[in-house]
Amino acid sequence: MKDHDISRRGTLSCLAWGGAGILWTMAGGVPIASALGAGTDKMSKAGAFSFVQISDTHIGFNKEANPDTLATAKLAIERINTQAPDAALVLHTGDITHLSRPAEFDTAAELLKGLKPTELHLVPGEHDVLDTKRSAYLERYGAVSQSKGYYSFDHQGVHFIALINVMEFQAGGQGRLGPEQLEWLEDDLKGRSASQPIVIFTHIPLWSLYEAWGWSTQDWPQALSYLKRFGSVTVLNGHIHQVVQKVEGRVSHYSAAATSYPQPAPGHADGPGPLTVPAEQLRSVLGIRRIESRPLQDLTVKDGALA
Amino acid sequence: MRYFLFLAALLLSPLAVSVAQPAAPTVEVSIEHFAFTPQNITVKVGTKVNWVNKDIEPHTVVSNDQKFQSEALDTNESFSMTFDQPGTYGYFCSIHPHMTGTVTVIP
Ligand SMILES: [Cu+2]
Repeated sequence: MKDHDISRRGTLSCLAWGGAGILWTMAGGVPIASALGAGTDKMSKAGAFSFVQISDTHIGFNKEANPDTLATAKLAIERINTQAPDAALVLHTGDITHLSRPAEFDTAAELLKGLKPTELHLVPGEHDVLDTKRSAYLERYGAVSQSKGYYSFDHQGVHFIALINVMEFQAGGQGRLGPEQLEWLEDDLKGRSASQPIVIFTHIPLWSLYEAWGWSTQDWPQALSYLKRFGSVTVLNGHIHQVVQKVEGRVSHYSAAATSYPQPAPGHADGPGPLTVPAEQLRSVLGIRRIESRPLQDLTVKDGALA
Repeated sequence: MRYFLFLAALLLSPLAVSVAQPAAPTVEVSIEHFAFTPQNITVKVGTKVNWVNKDIEPHTVVSNDQKFQSEALDTNESFSMTFDQPGTYGYFCSIHPHMTGTVTVIP
């Protein structure tokens, strides 16, 4: 992996957002000027609104890297309520629970009820579908997608797509969307104006971030071929518990921090998995994300630490 | 005294123990750092393979043809399977599919 492929924390500028804490800010994903050039006059007239991404709450995890994931998830909810109470939506990008246990899902659901923004959309992480029938997740959150997991909706001119890459694994493979979902996606995008901003939210990174650790989605190139004609595509994912950005043509990928525990940078450990940092530093490596959508502009993605 | 020494020798000798009680041999595969170790093993028919998860992360053991499948194994949980038929059995972790291994069973 070459460093210039990824802009990690070190290259992001540090700005304050709201009253509390250190916040990492990056504008767009491509320089604003070129993003506008990509399709200013064609962009649909979306109204301004903001939304929030929360990821990898891992309710039920209680080991050294974070003995109390419920407390840090609660803190994340408080931050959303105080710093982004007007957010139109909240997206949870998976690993809601640690072991897919019904009690963990119940605790998470109770927690998420505390969100001031009331429109919540979720995708599962692999930790949410550990049970062979995936019933713990699908019984709670499957109705919107007829138990398929993937679905789409529009909000103020922006088209949101929930993609699932944790339910179609194959031996030796990576995250996978599967042929049925790809067909659905092609259909979902067909006839849509290329100027409509697209926001994809999913769990595992879609681009090939680090295959040795499974941080990739093997059939993403197929999905990308359906998305290429769109002027602005933003991908929000979780899974790797750290902020990483990647620009792939007009597609900008943003991996989010977790609210539970950090993971090592790609290749910087024997394997992925919970990384233990000094307890007093934990909250500074956990975070939430606010995304602003303004008419005729590229989305602005702001990562805020829980410290 | 002589009798006791003989008994001690019997207990300490693995050969003597296996003759006295022919249990199925067990081979352990460790799941650590998101990998099966050893990744590929060769065992005789009748061997029991025991996978132990030593990671903080849950993993599974699922054969590529779905002939055997563990539940999600949390830290220190294990799954075992006795192989009664010769052949090569590929398996993977259904949560982290890049994790793969094989069990080759010989007569
Ligand atoms: Cu695994």
